[in-house]
Amino acid sequence: MIIDKILYILANAVNNGMPVLFGSTGEIMTEKSGHLNLGIPGIMAVGGISGVVTAFFYQQVEGRSKFLMILLPLLATLLGSLVMGLIYCFLTVTLRANQNVTGLALTTFGIGIGNFFGASIIKLSHSSLTSVRIDETSKLFKATLPFAKKLGAFGQLFFSYRFLVYLGIIIAVVCAYILKRTRVGLHLRAVGENPATADAAGINVNRYKYVSTCVGSMIAGLGGLFYCIDKNGWSNDNIGPLGWLAIALVIFAMWRPNLAIFGSILFGLLLNLYDLIPALDLNIKFPHGYDKLFKMVPYIVTVIVLIITSARKKRENQPPASLGLNYFREDR
Amino acid sequence: MNKTAAAKEKKTREPLFHIVKKSGIVWWKAWLIRIAAVIAALMVVAVITLVMTGQNPLEMYKAMLDGAVGNSTRTWNLLQDTALLLLVALAVTPAFKMRFWNIGAQGQVLAGVLATTACLRYFTDKLPTPLLFVVMILCAILAGAVWAVIPSIFKAYLNTNETLFTLMMNYIAINLVAFFCFRWSKNSGNDVIGLINRKSKVGWLPEIGGNKFLLIVLTVAVLTVVSFIYLKYSKHGYELSVVGESENTARYIGINVKSVVIRTVILSGAICGLAGFLLVSGVHHTMTTEVEGGRGFTAIIVSWMAHFNPFYMILTSFLIVFMEKGAIQVASSKNLQLDDNFSSIVIGIIILFIIGCEFFINYKIKFKSKNKEEEALKQ
Amino acid sequence: MDRIPAIELKNITKTFGKIVANHNVSLSVNRGEILAILGENGSGKTTLMNMISGIYFPDSGHILIDGEEVVIKSPKDSFDYGVGMIHQHFKLVDVLSAAENIVLGLKGKYNLKEASAEVSRIASQYGFEIDPAKKIYEMSVSEKQTVEIIKVLYRGADILILDEPTAVLTPQETSKLFAILRRMRDDGKAIVIITHKLHEVLSLSDRVAVLRKGEYICTLETKDATEASLTEAMVGKKVALNIDRAEPKDPEDRLVIKDLDCVNREGAKVLDDVTFTARSGEILGIAGIAGSGQRELLEAIAGLQHVQSGEIVYNDPKTGKVENLRDKTPMQIRQLGVRLSFVPEDRLGMGLVGNMDIIDNMMLRSYRKGKSAFLQRKEPRDLANEIIKSLEVVTPSASTPVRRLSGGNVQKVLVGREIASTPTVLMAAYPVRGLDINSSYMIYNLLNQQKENGVAVIFVGEDLDVLLELCDRILVIGSGKVTGLVNARTATKEEIGLLMTKSSAENEEGGANNE
Repeated sequence: MIIDKILYILANAVNNGMPVLFGSTGEIMTEKSGHLNLGIPGIMAVGGISGVVTAFFYQQVEGRSKFLMILLPLLATLLGSLVMGLIYCFLTVTLRANQNVTGLALTTFGIGIGNFFGASIIKLSHSSLTSVRIDETSKLFKATLPFAKKLGAFGQLFFSYRFLVYLGIIIAVVCAYILKRTRVGLHLRAVGENPATADAAGINVNRYKYVSTCVGSMIAGLGGLFYCIDKNGWSNDNIGPLGWLAIALVIFAMWRPNLAIFGSILFGLLLNLYDLIPALDLNIKFPHGYDKLFKMVPYIVTVIVLIITSARKKRENQPPASLGLNYFREDR
Repeated sequence: MNKTAAAKEKKTREPLFHIVKKSGIVWWKAWLIRIAAVIAALMVVAVITLVMTGQNPLEMYKAMLDGAVGNSTRTWNLLQDTALLLLVALAVTPAFKMRFWNIGAQGQVLAGVLATTACLRYFTDKLPTPLLFVVMILCAILAGAVWAVIPSIFKAYLNTNETLFTLMMNYIAINLVAFFCFRWSKNSGNDVIGLINRKSKVGWLPEIGGNKFLLIVLTVAVLTVVSFIYLKYSKHGYELSVVGESENTARYIGINVKSVVIRTVILSGAICGLAGFLLVSGVHHTMTTEVEGGRGFTAIIVSWMAHFNPFYMILTSFLIVFMEKGAIQVASSKNLQLDDNFSSIVIGIIILFIIGCEFFINYKIKFKSKNKEEEALKQ
Repeated sequence: MDRIPAIELKNITKTFGKIVANHNVSLSVNRGEILAILGENGSGKTTLMNMISGIYFPDSGHILIDGEEVVIKSPKDSFDYGVGMIHQHFKLVDVLSAAENIVLGLKGKYNLKEASAEVSRIASQYGFEIDPAKKIYEMSVSEKQTVEIIKVLYRGADILILDEPTAVLTPQETSKLFAILRRMRDDGKAIVIITHKLHEVLSLSDRVAVLRKGEYICTLETKDATEASLTEAMVGKKVALNIDRAEPKDPEDRLVIKDLDCVNREGAKVLDDVTFTARSGEILGIAGIAGSGQRELLEAIAGLQHVQSGEIVYNDPKTGKVENLRDKTPMQIRQLGVRLSFVPEDRLGMGLVGNMDIIDNMMLRSYRKGKSAFLQRKEPRDLANEIIKSLEVVTPSASTPVRRLSGGNVQKVLVGREIASTPTVLMAAYPVRGLDINSSYMIYNLLNQQKENGVAVIFVGEDLDVLLELCDRILVIGSGKVTGLVNARTATKEEIGLLMTKSSAENEEGGANNE
């Protein structure tokens, strides 16, 4: 059935794109305050590993509750990525360090933390288990609504996802709403565009930068958790590329979280398109290895979008004007 | 004037202290602050290691030293890796001095890697060895330059954000390399190329006096001096500094800003391409997506920490590689057998401390006691 | 009238270090009145108003609002007293709409629709034309100004201070703005307008307060004032400066400017049929209100500004060749062998590189010399040391970054370098701005030396006394047009003052005095 295939592919794309969406929504909120946080891959890694380690330990607790099995990893993820966001803000806002350098250092640091604990947590905790698997927890995270299947194509299309998918979409929609329709969003946009003017208007620029960057980091961290849940544990060196893809999606979506939702599905589709081709029964055969070329597509598309937006010079689609520049009032 | 308004407004609410840019600092004070930052970072590392592994910090530092310079192979390895990191740092530096944020060194190095590997694959039998080297080097340099020049052209003519563009170019390069790893792999399916010309060693960088590291170290040493001279004493170097400091001034004295931007970025890419050549021909003799080893990003930090001075970069790149090697040794020591990535954590902490300490070199905190007159004067 | 004034200033004094910006100034403005504050550039108008709007705090004196003494420490304090100031440089966020900018920073419920409705209501009350949904970057300068004015009205200000609001407007836009200001006055608001344009004072204000070099001169009822009386009050009696001035020796036409037209980025005409000749061995002064096209004129000659039409003809003294410099890049001009030196207004942003040392800044002009790919630092170092010595530059050494020098020393470095390349034409824009007396005289002497060496010197200045004593001829421009060319030895300050405002006066709404 063609409709089943389409639904299967779509569901696949949504799941694959979801970590990118979290990362991207987080980065959009961050960039709107004028921070180009290149630490997103590291933050996602820390978010992921925090959740994995917590889940790993709690899974071994006797009398564990299902509720806490979901709640604790979530909280750990938020906390871990919040710490990363705070480090970034402390260095760039309070200590006025270069944003690019700080971000790249955080990426090195964060991915290092993820890979190290992912590989060594068993040794460090003297556990008797052989691998860091969180199947039990991820099963809970992956639970879907039981009645979705019964609702046919419609139900599958809209109700067959795990709850984190809905959370990701809700967060993106809420962020889009905040940016567009609220005073906080207006002030945030002003801070990212023209901090001096925002400052003169009585907006606390540093507070906005801190809060939006930290909240953005926490959202991005959830992306790391989502990916680890998907893989039932930590998987070395995969979160980094997803983090950069999240930054690509920010550009692709032209700094709009609502567009990022659709962008993430497209990116998710492109990421796994190669693996899906056999399921399509099309008479095209790509030999093994061409998956690499498919994986290149999201980045190329992003480059094209970047070029087109800069050529059209439409102000709404440009990066926030003060992106990457620190703001110090005394410099004037 | 707008800002003074805000400044005054703020001061009434926040009268505790304010931050002033230092007009200058004695060089030894600056270095004292940096050394203090490294020591503080090492202490944090020690505490973390202690908490996690229960290892005596002193033992840990000993293991680190052992890992970095424990025997002559390790020392040479340290020197070679320092040289390679330094080379990439030298590559990104001219662009940074021009305020062109080329964070695509990774992709540019990989472009060089890909070109070198392609030459090895297709020309090993067709060209005499010396010519093969010439072709490899030229192709690698060209590939790196092409990978860099694309974003720079769009930057010069459309003002396309170069940070984001070069970042995307990295992943295009990585996937391209991954694709050719598959295409050129011996038995399709595992995507591993394996050592190229394993028996004949054709196209392998020659050893000098039986030392396979020396040539790379010497090449980079020469290039460090050349870069320093280029940046400080050449007309090109002067022009790119002027463009970086003030485009208005550059135009005022008749510098063609676009051509300087493109020219400098090509240079950046070319050196990255050369690094790619050295990685394949001198170190790995094969191609994987991993050969670049994250140097593209680390090099940015190396260059920035050294304030774009090639000689300081020797120091910063040495520090980072030293810590890396040492930390790997600590983590993988017999009684621990932890993951190598421990080194990334250690390096991350040290870098974050060094980044943070620059604040205390560039600014001083003034506690609020001076009268307002002085401020008004400044403004 | 003995009603209580909206604002009353009593004996306000404000100093910045040794410079006295305002000395013992007292004035007042009533509700339902437009007060013009008139004065030349640097007479302390803006500083005075900034003390009402909370940007500066006076050293001594009192500010009374509605008869009660107040302490204004911040713009917010000022706002709480209902004072709104519209600065010359707009504080707007480009990608946001007018309405979004207007409510920016306010607290409370966020409802853009209601805000837009309120904006439209204010606009229709006073006759503004504004689209609340329009983005700032799509707006003309005058629309942006409208947004700024509505911003303060929206926040409930009833005392409005406008700092040179017409500097950026076309004559048509100016008359629209004036109509609106009159309506606001009739609505009972107190309005202060800072200006140095006489015809604006005469056509708009009810009373006019004149400042000169920080001193309060007088307040006149506008109906009793004339252009002549205001000019006299504004420029004052001629002050003797005792600047040496030699007779030009064998002047030749060096630079002939014909019918130059130039448009700025916003599409407004900034140079309009400018024609003049700069002669060798002579200092040609350029006088005009700030922003009348001086910068564009010099930059057009230097090859930094695209020109719509006209010619810039250079007569080479050595070869006798005639070159048209129009639309040539600075590089091409150099390659033609034209030795053109330019001391731009923006010293550290254009003329020098702040983070480079004196030696490297010397090199800016000369580094290309020779075929070598490498820099020659010996000559620039010698030059730097020579300039430090001969111009008495105060600096730790020649390798000190210029941004660490004081303003006067920065200027000496810049002028010294520009002179060192033995120019045939030397253009200097406001070369003594911000300099103390001694440094200023040193600069005058340098310009005089150049003149005696046969250089054609173009001097853009703001102090009429200096222009009259230093220059041989003075070209006056107003709103991008040449409004007069006078002999500096015989002209008077009043004459130049009138010429400076002439061109725009002609375009001004008819019947200037009748309101």
